[in-house]
Amino acid sequence: MSDKENNNKQDAGKVLIEELTAGPEGDSFWERAWNSVSIPLLAIFSGLVLGSILIAVTSESVWTAWAQSPWEAIKAAFMEVRIAYGALFSGSLGSPREIISAIQEGDPDQIRRAFNPILESLTASTPFIFASLAVALGFRSGLFNIGAEGQLFVGAIFSVFVGYSLVGLPAIIHIPLALLAGALGGAIWGFIPGWLKAKTGGHEVINTIMMNYIAFRLSDWLLSGPMQRPESFNPVSPTIMDSAKLPKLFGPPIRFHIGFFIALGVAWLVWWLLFRTRWGFDLRSVGSNPHAARYAGMSIVGSTVAAMSISGALAGLAGTNEVLGLNHFLAMAFSSGYGFDSIALALLGKSHPLGVVLASLLFGTLRTGALRMQVTAQIPIDIITVIQAFILVFIAAPAIIRTIFRIRGAEGPEEAITIRGWGGE
Amino acid sequence: MASTVIERKEIELASPTRQRVMGIVFLLLGAAIWFFFSRGVEAGATTTFDLVPGGFQSDLADWTLPALATLNILAFVSAFFGGVQLVRGFGKRTNAILGLVAGFFIFGFLVWAAAGKSMNLAGLLNTTLSKAVPLTLGALSGVLCERAGVVNIAIEGMMLAAAMVGALVGSVSGSLWVGLLSAVLTGMLLGLVHAVLSIKYKTDQIISGTVINIFAVGITSFLSSKFMQPNQALNDPGVFRPIEIPLLSKIPILGPILFNNNLFIYAMFIFLVVLHVGLFYTRWGLRLRSVGEHPKAADTLGINVFNTRYMAVLLGGAMAGFAGGYFTLGSVGRFDEVMTAGRGFIALAAMIFGNWTPFGSFGAGLLFGFADSLAGKLAILGVRIPSEFLLMAPYVATMIVLAGVVGRGQMPAADGVPYEKE
Repeated sequence: MSDKENNNKQDAGKVLIEELTAGPEGDSFWERAWNSVSIPLLAIFSGLVLGSILIAVTSESVWTAWAQSPWEAIKAAFMEVRIAYGALFSGSLGSPREIISAIQEGDPDQIRRAFNPILESLTASTPFIFASLAVALGFRSGLFNIGAEGQLFVGAIFSVFVGYSLVGLPAIIHIPLALLAGALGGAIWGFIPGWLKAKTGGHEVINTIMMNYIAFRLSDWLLSGPMQRPESFNPVSPTIMDSAKLPKLFGPPIRFHIGFFIALGVAWLVWWLLFRTRWGFDLRSVGSNPHAARYAGMSIVGSTVAAMSISGALAGLAGTNEVLGLNHFLAMAFSSGYGFDSIALALLGKSHPLGVVLASLLFGTLRTGALRMQVTAQIPIDIITVIQAFILVFIAAPAIIRTIFRIRGAEGPEEAITIRGWGGE
Repeated sequence: MASTVIERKEIELASPTRQRVMGIVFLLLGAAIWFFFSRGVEAGATTTFDLVPGGFQSDLADWTLPALATLNILAFVSAFFGGVQLVRGFGKRTNAILGLVAGFFIFGFLVWAAAGKSMNLAGLLNTTLSKAVPLTLGALSGVLCERAGVVNIAIEGMMLAAAMVGALVGSVSGSLWVGLLSAVLTGMLLGLVHAVLSIKYKTDQIISGTVINIFAVGITSFLSSKFMQPNQALNDPGVFRPIEIPLLSKIPILGPILFNNNLFIYAMFIFLVVLHVGLFYTRWGLRLRSVGEHPKAADTLGINVFNTRYMAVLLGGAMAGFAGGYFTLGSVGRFDEVMTAGRGFIALAAMIFGNWTPFGSFGAGLLFGFADSLAGKLAILGVRIPSEFLLMAPYVATMIVLAGVVGRGQMPAADGVPYEKE
């Protein structure tokens, strides 16, 4: 090995370590902590404010009040937003009064009902956790997995198949088997674009988009053909065996199941893989600086394929969680866009497993509350999607947030990702 | 970096490998025609193609073919091309021959599927063209943006938002033209968002596109379930009626297909020509492309990279808005939630498949539209191939093209890379 090459390698190592250990700037711990959460928090805040403006300007009562006087209109707008966001929070967290009185009464039925909203929020967060971990892992390794939605479908197909076709297994074997099948399905769907990227340079964004639609058509076909429930005219799969259903922890109406704890466990596992193993270090090195990583002798091909496969497996688990835990069968379009929402969540959580879990909890909560809001305040649930888009804008362009809130701060490399054009590098 | 460049060259220039691969592909297609189609038809069966679309009066006779003989000829010629390719190679004409053989395969499929029956070929082509319109227009939007170096995966969102605004404004104003104008402006507005995010704030262009897609789904579903569903009068803009062009529409076969359409199809042809000439034969196009290929060099020569990109993305947004207008004002006359149903992404695929050129995109749009309209006919013909597989074909084809198996496309070199002025 020549001197120059040796130097290059040492430099590469130095560059990598500097890049990977670079944290938020600041002198004290609190300053650093604030610097790393200020943008996401302000983005969420701004998103909710813009959402309330949308609620106000599309409300009829505000416009009737406007006819009287602008002051009336402002009052009406505040009322409208208070009702809407009140319903949003009571629908997702439950009302404290109800919880206290239920505990005082000691009636188990009443307690379950009082705690149902918050448990329902956790249940709704679970698929978000899996799917956004998938996207986050991709980001960490420099890949944009826009195909979580398709991987999620394929995972659901695999796990439902194992769930209904294997008969007579004990739950302790059947559940892990179905989970693994789901992860495998997703992994296959992630492996293909990963392999294509590594071998041919075909951009994973295009390929995963294409794979999404292939997965949708595949599930359409399976559900109206080979996997269709006998004696049914609807395109739905058979119901899975009882032994494959993820156990529920409380009585009805609570739907909360152990999937949530599996998701937390997987999040910890992803954190451990990324930040505590050599493999994870390689992966993050390739993600942050492929040239330096190559000099340091890391395999780009291997890490790309592995990252996409694992990312796919995580997304597959999101679908698996839904069919094994809640629906117990597969229907067309059973996912309400978890795979796409997860892109926003991964960015909001700065592609860190902890951040991703928190972001997912937030969105599970918002989605659950939005159902109540739709009923009490007649505000379509799609407002959550709009708010999400706003939050994503502010996360993606932090300069906007800095301008609005006059934050002077690190202009440094805080973005977790940059995609290097269609051509790959 | 270095190794990827070498890899690309290998795929592009390694003609012996490519020659062999293509020869085998031709042979396989020929064998497939024989194996799947020829063996599946009765000896004396005939295939009848109706050459007049439904609702038209014409003296044109049906086109009747002996099924088996036709299929055998198609199979033989394909295999013959394969042999020639393996032995001698077609050189530069390989791609043309590939298109021809693929065409044989599709035609063979039709002959087989309609053996012993009658199929309205003209009707099929008519549906193909109307399905190709939003795909082509969307792809043109992509061509405009990406030739200037800005990746646009927000075609879907722009089309969806424009479709809704077009329907809403069209209903409120009572004028289709005002509706169409508002659709185009909506596309432009979202294009402006995309441009500001990706050019000014240097946001990753894929994220910026994703934002627009998410936003469009959210806002259109929100407004439509808040206003348009409870009040149907807000969702009834009407549609642009077909205009029959005198004389030209009397040309046999092609006349009724091409010259009896509504505004959108004629506009599509005009845009195709204008964009092709504009991009490749004018100073404007040269500047736009140079910004997409090598922004630094363009900047050195005095071209304003930022302004050029803004202009391209705004025009691309307007084009996507026009395409969105087609959904509500050009076809069904009503807005439904998420009605674009992923066609923006097929348009993206068509753009890649069409090698970032207007006419290539149109060809790809036709091909994908054909797969779509054929999928709807399979059940009627009683063919036992699941139509879902045909619907998958565009996506699979795009992945194959992207992988460089049949030759790699020439994407703009600086596509997706934000420009930093030094």
